[in-house]
Amino acid sequence: MALTKAELAEALFDELGLNKREAKEFVDLFFETLRNCLEKGGEVKLSGFGNFELRTKNSRPGRNPKTGEEIPISARRVVTFRPGQKLRLRVDVDART
Amino acid sequence: MTKSELIEHLANQQAHLLQKDVELSVRLILDRISQALGRDERVEIRGFGSFSLHHRPARVGRNPKTGEPVEIASKRVPHFKPGKELRERVNASVQPEGTRGSTS
Repeated sequence: MALTKAELAEALFDELGLNKREAKEFVDLFFETLRNCLEKGGEVKLSGFGNFELRTKNSRPGRNPKTGEEIPISARRVVTFRPGQKLRLRVDVDART
Repeated sequence: MTKSELIEHLANQQAHLLQKDVELSVRLILDRISQALGRDERVEIRGFGSFSLHHRPARVGRNPKTGEPVEIASKRVPHFKPGKELRERVNASVQPEGTRGSTS
């Protein structure tokens, strides 16, 4: 079972008393704000969690793995996530317990 | 954008919520995601992306100074895979019209 937006909204409702509509709206707006910032070329730094960064990749020759046909891969911008120290420790320590 | 700027932005957009509740909400969302990963549970946010753990097996490394072999324990590291909408939006702003999506 994966954690989804529905469960995050449920947690805001259960634990903070936002009503269901507010909770759903808040979760949507939270992720939309991050997307917007990244779309405009900004990075997102969430201390204790991690940073969402942007990388620009040059174009390079690619290949269709099925047909072997060569196709160029155009230059692009991609999002990468660098987990923060606290999150790294948390998932790694929990792994041993 | 930092966490406090994110909180400020959300508080402005959701004027009916108290600043304190916005702060707690942001903290709760990030905490729930971290918690799920701590349990090795996937997190799937449609249109944004998914978080999961990558398992790195134990291996023998080398002390770069002495060249001495050292055992490195297996570990789990958080991984984020951007979702389709995020990938497209982040890329669209740098790609000229028409070349977009030609390789996706």
